[in-house]
Amino acid sequence: MSTRELTFAQAIREALDEELARDPNIFILGEDVGAWGGVFRCTEGLYEKYGPERVIDTPLSEEGFVGLAVGAAMTGMHPVPEIMFGDFITLAMDQIVNQAAKMRYMTGGQLKVPITFRATMGAGRSSGAQHSQSWHAWFAHVPGLKVVVPSTPYDAKGLLKTALREPNPVVFFEDKVMYAKIKGPVPEEEYTIPFGKADIKREGSDVTLVALSRMVHPTLAAAEMLAKEGISAEVIDPRTLTPLDEETLIQSVCKTGGAVIVDEGYNRFGITAELAAVIAYGAFDYLDAPVERLGAMDVPIPFSPPLEFATIPDEQKIIERVHKVLEGRRR
Amino acid sequence: MERLSQTVEIIVDQDTMIEMYHRMLLARAFEETVFDVYRRGWMPGLAHLADGQEAVPVGVCMALRPDDTITSTHRGHGHIIGKGGQVEPMMAEVMGKATGYCRGKGGEMHIADVKLGILGANGIVGGGIGIAAGSAFTAKREGKGRVSVAFFGDGAINQGIWYETANMAVLWKLPLIYVCENNQYTEYTNYRKLQAGEGLVARAEAMGMPGLEVDGNDVLAVYSAALEMVERARRGEGPGMLVCHTFRYGGHHVGDPGTKYRTKEEIEEWKARDPIVRFERVLVERGVLSPGDIEEMHSRVEKRLADAVEAGRNAPYPDVSEVTEHVYA
Repeated sequence: MSTRELTFAQAIREALDEELARDPNIFILGEDVGAWGGVFRCTEGLYEKYGPERVIDTPLSEEGFVGLAVGAAMTGMHPVPEIMFGDFITLAMDQIVNQAAKMRYMTGGQLKVPITFRATMGAGRSSGAQHSQSWHAWFAHVPGLKVVVPSTPYDAKGLLKTALREPNPVVFFEDKVMYAKIKGPVPEEEYTIPFGKADIKREGSDVTLVALSRMVHPTLAAAEMLAKEGISAEVIDPRTLTPLDEETLIQSVCKTGGAVIVDEGYNRFGITAELAAVIAYGAFDYLDAPVERLGAMDVPIPFSPPLEFATIPDEQKIIERVHKVLEGRRR
Repeated sequence: MERLSQTVEIIVDQDTMIEMYHRMLLARAFEETVFDVYRRGWMPGLAHLADGQEAVPVGVCMALRPDDTITSTHRGHGHIIGKGGQVEPMMAEVMGKATGYCRGKGGEMHIADVKLGILGANGIVGGGIGIAAGSAFTAKREGKGRVSVAFFGDGAINQGIWYETANMAVLWKLPLIYVCENNQYTEYTNYRKLQAGEGLVARAEAMGMPGLEVDGNDVLAVYSAALEMVERARRGEGPGMLVCHTFRYGGHHVGDPGTKYRTKEEIEEWKARDPIVRFERVLVERGVLSPGDIEEMHSRVEKRLADAVEAGRNAPYPDVSEVTEHVYA
């Protein structure tokens, strides 16, 4: 397969472009997604190519346009509402949680709700406490939704194409720090990536590092540094939270005997807690130390860079947690 | 702002009037039967009844085509019957049985019949409004003249979703009809205490769409106003709002007698304007039905409801293995 390097945003844009061309029922709606091309450039050129009927600029009305999208999905369309900053998804919570997620169940299977909510996450841009949060755990808590958290341009494109062929509501989280900064190879040929299949981003034998979305990158960097100390770290990216590939996580920890979970969502009651529970239950007899949970600090995300960076995981914090796990093993 | 004519009288053919009357009788009998079913302990949970409000759902739905869609509210049985829903699977659903519309997964607040264009009653106040806007969006895209109706109450008009969708529906000329059923009480509080401004037609006009206010206990008035809104939407002229003033005889739900926050006089005053009794008078005056016909229709409807209860009671509960079905498609 021939590949080229795309940024994360370009990969997202390409998936949207290909799927808009494939399925006339797909349409995009959101704030500044049309003529402006999206504040993160993910819909650039799509308005010109598909027209204002399929790439729709909405008023700043998250509840309204998300609610409208849910109704359109229930009547045969496949809408792709974009939540510019994931923080604003709170304004549309009822539409996602009480309407989209439950319609099929409450009607005894009469309805399908094929809809892909695209939302951003991620701190580190000095955007303050209302433009930096990562709320993927909330949606993973809701039956009826699928939750996707890609970490590379390759995964983002393949998983988004799968989302756009799903008959279910999918919440697709894109870390905004990756849009322009993360580049990677993406095949020229068409491909999709199935939900529920974790990806082993790096093989190793001494410790398992589970990371998702942007956190995969500092985790891979930490694994590289650990290799210089003679520690072989395996890095696993679950890629989707619902469905979750528990098997791959458990098998890895059975092999390594220890785990650190790295996530940009809050630690308390978060993804790190759930994944730690999955591992503790599934690999209990193989664990040599407690599973380490490295999430965001449980504080609102501050503005000032030294404060902000203190709250989110980085290479150094990951390495410290790995050392803790390995020390635990020696006890 | 364009003003719609306040239609007084239109010519309605006899069959349509008889069907209207039939659906109103079914809607009334359904609520009375559910109350009885509740008191006897034959259903789980509570029910939100709309007896007294029948002219609104029936008047509006009779102005619709089979492929038009509606969304309903927590007080939704009348809307479902108005759009052609069958009382047998409705009753079974109220009882939580496997033969119910939603196989017992929805319950009395979430009945849907998608084939009839009923996109579901909704337990969130205003919850159906976004869905109705989306259905109108799809309808416009399809270009077949289909329209979408959102039923909601005087409580939901104060929810943000109304304003947000109204703005988009006007901008994009969506074939959406907002039907506000003002039954005077937002749960346990009179709407006047909760509603600012010059009334709901003024709110609709402020958003850039026409509004019509009608006597919600006069089914022909509701029907003719709805027709006007529906035809306008079908022609591609965009959304409109119908404000129907009516009254629920019971409380907020079956466990609330509704007498603590409403006076006996107020209830009696509204009962004197009962939509079914008023329509019966019209039907007899116009020679559409004789008193004998009316009596016969009453007993047929009562028998049908009694049979629905019997069938519901004899129907099995869903197998517990079904609990994980329908979470995902």
